[in-house]
Amino acid sequence: MSETIQFHYDVDGENFTSAGEASVQIKQKLRQLGFTPDIIRRVSIAMYEGEINMVIHAGGGVADVFVDPESIKIILEDHGPGISDISLAMQEGFSTATDTVRSLGFGAGMGLPNMKRYTDSMEIDSELGKGTKITMVVNVPI
Amino acid sequence: MTVNKAIEALSLEVVNLSDGDRNIQSGYSGDLLSWVMARATNGSAWITIMSNVNIIAVASLLDLSCIILSENAEISEELRNLAIQKNINLLRSEKNSFQLSFELGKLL
Ligand SMILES: Nc1ncnc2c1ncn2[C@@H]1O[C@H](COP(=O)(O)OP(=O)(O)O)[C@@H](O)[C@H]1O
Ligand SMILES: [Mg+2]
Repeated sequence: MSETIQFHYDVDGENFTSAGEASVQIKQKLRQLGFTPDIIRRVSIAMYEGEINMVIHAGGGVADVFVDPESIKIILEDHGPGISDISLAMQEGFSTATDTVRSLGFGAGMGLPNMKRYTDSMEIDSELGKGTKITMVVNVPI
Repeated sequence: MTVNKAIEALSLEVVNLSDGDRNIQSGYSGDLLSWVMARATNGSAWITIMSNVNIIAVASLLDLSCIILSENAEISEELRNLAIQKNINLLRSEKNSFQLSFELGKLL
């Protein structure tokens, strides 16, 4: 594995049942490629949270994952409402999720903080009314 | 302890059993998915009352050894099918999460 391998997923915003499917597939690919359980765990947590956010807050989006031996980059992009106050959204426990969404076990307000905690870098570009793009990188120790 | 042994010891109802020989390495009890995602460790048994289909993705991502639904949480056909499809051991009990955690904890 010397070149970067790219994966692309459309994340359906209508379908709650399949939410997390892209993350599950990436996890399986990473395992086949021989990444360590720790790396797989960190990527899984970060990507799952980002994927779920696109489903519950943005009506879906796209996920692109770039895998190479030194790092795994995850780019999540949606055309949802955007995030008005990013530092507020980053606070543990802050959530605008509806009661219905909460009743499904989401909306703990831990997604963005967990994405930050389990990756080596995370960048949020968001514009109100336009959408949100989140870029996360997990470095692979050699 | 294997999932098979836990089913017997705790008299669990089997909803789907894909790998009964799977070892239960630890346990985690909780219903908030983000919390479980970040805290439950690989190989753990997950005890929860949350029975919507999204628990299956969490269990696959974390390689959990099984999900144990407490308090006879309702099981949809969709949930059962997804557990079968994704090879997730899915069990159920009438006991609450505290009782299940307590009893399982004594056995681990
Ligand atoms: N992709 C997104 N589009 C719009 N808003 C978002 C997006 N991701 C997160 N947010 C906002 O940031 C808040 C915090 O996100 P998060 O920490 O994942 O918690 P939760 O998803 O449990 O609400 C959300 O409640 C929502 O208001
Ligand atoms: Mg979230």
